[in-house]
Amino acid sequence: MHPISKMALQRLALGLFTLFVVSIIIAGAVEFLPGDLAQEILGQAATPEAVAAFRAEVGLDKPPVERYFSWLGGVAQGDFGVSLATKRSISDLISARLGNTLFLAGFAAVIAVPLAVTLGMLAALYRNTWFDRLINVSTLSSISFPEFFVAYVLILFLSVGYGFDARWVLALIGLFLLVEGFGAVKEGKRIGRFSVIGSIFGIIGLALVVNAIFGWWNYNVGAVSAFPSISNISPDTPFGERVHRSFLPALTLTLVVTAHMMRMTRASIINLMASPYIEMARLKGMSPARIIVKHALPNALAPIINVIAVNLAFLITGVVVVEVVFVYPGLGQLLVDSVSKRDITVVQGCCLIFAATYILLNLTADILAIATNPRLLHPK
Amino acid sequence: MSDDTILKIRNLKIDGKTGDEWLPILKGIDMDLKRGEVLGVIGESGAGKSTIGLAAMGYTRGGCRISGGTVDFEGTDLVKSSEAYRRKLRGKKIAYVAQSAAASFNPAHKLIDQYSEAPIQHGVMSSTDAATDATELYRRLQLPNPDEIGFRYPHQVSGGQLQRAMTAMAMSCRPDLIIFDEPTTALDVTTQIEVLSAIRDAVEQFGTAAIYITHDLAVVAQMADRIQVFKLGETIEEAETRKMLSAPEEAYTKSLWAVRSFKATAKPKPPADEVPIVELRNVDAAYGATPVLFDVNFKIHKGRTVAVVGESGSGKSTAARCITGLLPPTKGEILFNGEVLPAGYRKRNKDQLRQAQMIYQMADTALNPKQRIEDIIGRPVGFYLGLSGKAQRERVRELLDLIEMEPDIYMHRFPGELSGGQKQRIGIARALAADPQFIICDEVTSALDQLVAEGILRLLDKLQIDLGLAYMFITHDLATVRAIADEVVVMQHGKVVEQGPKVEMFQPPHHPYTDLLLSSVPEMDPDWLSNLLGARERGEIVDAKTAGSADN
Repeated sequence: MHPISKMALQRLALGLFTLFVVSIIIAGAVEFLPGDLAQEILGQAATPEAVAAFRAEVGLDKPPVERYFSWLGGVAQGDFGVSLATKRSISDLISARLGNTLFLAGFAAVIAVPLAVTLGMLAALYRNTWFDRLINVSTLSSISFPEFFVAYVLILFLSVGYGFDARWVLALIGLFLLVEGFGAVKEGKRIGRFSVIGSIFGIIGLALVVNAIFGWWNYNVGAVSAFPSISNISPDTPFGERVHRSFLPALTLTLVVTAHMMRMTRASIINLMASPYIEMARLKGMSPARIIVKHALPNALAPIINVIAVNLAFLITGVVVVEVVFVYPGLGQLLVDSVSKRDITVVQGCCLIFAATYILLNLTADILAIATNPRLLHPK
Repeated sequence: MSDDTILKIRNLKIDGKTGDEWLPILKGIDMDLKRGEVLGVIGESGAGKSTIGLAAMGYTRGGCRISGGTVDFEGTDLVKSSEAYRRKLRGKKIAYVAQSAAASFNPAHKLIDQYSEAPIQHGVMSSTDAATDATELYRRLQLPNPDEIGFRYPHQVSGGQLQRAMTAMAMSCRPDLIIFDEPTTALDVTTQIEVLSAIRDAVEQFGTAAIYITHDLAVVAQMADRIQVFKLGETIEEAETRKMLSAPEEAYTKSLWAVRSFKATAKPKPPADEVPIVELRNVDAAYGATPVLFDVNFKIHKGRTVAVVGESGSGKSTAARCITGLLPPTKGEILFNGEVLPAGYRKRNKDQLRQAQMIYQMADTALNPKQRIEDIIGRPVGFYLGLSGKAQRERVRELLDLIEMEPDIYMHRFPGELSGGQKQRIGIARALAADPQFIICDEVTSALDQLVAEGILRLLDKLQIDLGLAYMFITHDLATVRAIADEVVVMQHGKVVEQGPKVEMFQPPHHPYTDLLLSSVPEMDPDWLSNLLGARERGEIVDAKTAGSADN
């Protein structure tokens, strides 16, 4: 067997064990929650007899260990049980929500990962210039704001603010950048620093102008619906509409996760720039851009992949706040609702899925890190 | 300027940044090179050899700047030309071969892709042509399996082969000039020969001009038509190779030439019944499941030096690790003064640990940069001898006197404030601090310039006579063996292939491998390489294949 598939299987087995340990911790933690479902549903006026009867009905009167093992037995067969509060099957409840969460995470990742890696490479290429600083400052400030704040700012500018002057201010800045950008491209005839920066500004500027025109169109003609501030999607929402409605939460998440990945890309690449083989590439007359992409990046992939995995896991498990702001029907919201209702079976199910996500993503990152390292992939 | 001249450097000045100051590295260098000529650049570390080599490509490392002068390559001044112009030349017209091929090949790409990169990017060849051409050059440079070797990654190829692959890569665009920056310094002697002859043949075949940078005089004598001697950023002397070797004019050049004259005092043979200080009996050792030592036996007597020689990977350092207990042997035993030592260092008591000390190859990394010299030496003094406070400081001063360093000046310094040779002396003092009977010297002079290395050898010799120390001297350099050893142990593939007193070892008949090692040591005679290769071809002397050298 190839060493990598062997390692993957070993890690998978280890992951299953970790999942088992996590399930014990979850069950224990849920036991420690003050109050229980019966008290929550029947309210303060309930008689002790009524509470006891309710507990017996849903099985809460059995000892915790027994409940844990009957739950675990079900999970092992793919049956997460039924919600104590609503009596609906948890598998159904979670699968719809999980699909939504994965869709949003995937949407954000499709924007954020290429953006972060590209920005990281550009920042490494033009390190210590004002371009580098601009990227660093903007990504760091977007990560420094609380997620809900970023979300509301986006709602203000991209959803509520039709006809609002801010759009036109942005469009003016965009026009300026566009002119500057094209000017720089024209000036630097050879492929060099200014033409690259120039074209980036050109694209940003173009986007801002188009955005303003759309906004104006929306406001005055109303033919295209604007980005909604409430992302209520259901299973029968068509794909295009889905993308449109979840654009703002995805953009919020992008702003939150980009900085981390971008800075790791930048740091890993710069870390390698003093290597003899990078000097060799320079002495072979290779261009700075080619050196970064062909010579530094392949050797910097392992740490970058790891940071991407952690951020992807965050996109799935850490989006509660964003889901709440945009009323997005994801897993995080389900978890919060279930905790407040003491619906412990649902809480356990959600937590287990989150844990499995972390384990799987980290496993994938480890395997990819090996697959991108020829020393490990092709042993002597 | 005649058409014949390809490179003309005039009054070149380069500064390096140290802290906030710009200090000169090159102080006005002139250099001329004709088409097809090989210029040897020689000097000790810090002479600016690499800097001038890179400057010939119009390149300076980070933290350096060209502060004056011209680098005229084929009629264009590279100092004033644009970066884009220089980029077009590099790899295509001027190529570079670095010291460590293992570090200078990108670990993420196959050899052939790295070979093809320059020809494709410079628009010289299509990728299929470049691949065919690579195979052709690999064949000319006598790489094994030339059709297949290019599809390997750098870590799958041995050091000597990588160095030849790098020479092939430098030739991929058939440049007019190649800079060789110490291309064989990191290689074993037996491998060095093959790389040297491959480089020389290739340079001759294509009529390429070359600048050959090295600190090894014997090597430069084989390669260069002309030699330029550097010291501290200045040219000391320049002449045709033969003239330079036979009649150097400057005192500095003469001192370089004279280095190999040191010989340690010969010691009488120990009495036959004397118990050796250290003895290895049938020692086997392994790293994990990979066996590295097989039935190793040798003895080291009081006051004597045993040199352990062999190529990298022959098990020299592993034997040392077994003696110190860092790597417990899988079989056999290690005796100290006739008593069996526990295998692992954790099971040894303080006195057993004290008796065997080590001095390392890289003094740079073997000394804690955040500790002062008095703490570095004071720690073993306190740990082994239980001295503290004033007594400890007194002992440190004595030790510094022993290694000929003024205590008042050096006690409070950090390692970063010392030169390479001084750092190695501190390493010696640290080993002496434990008051041992036996010291393992692991390639202690390999990283040092010859003059400095000689000083260290003299010091070790003096300490041996004064303190009656026994040395195990691990080295791959036979000149050092000649200078300091009483007995020699030759190792190959984890086995001892030959051992005995030095006098006998340097006299035939030898084990074929010893023969190969001895005949591979470069000599000052400019015809040495040609004669040797001729003799090996005719089968008069053993060659690498019959002796089972590790590299092929």
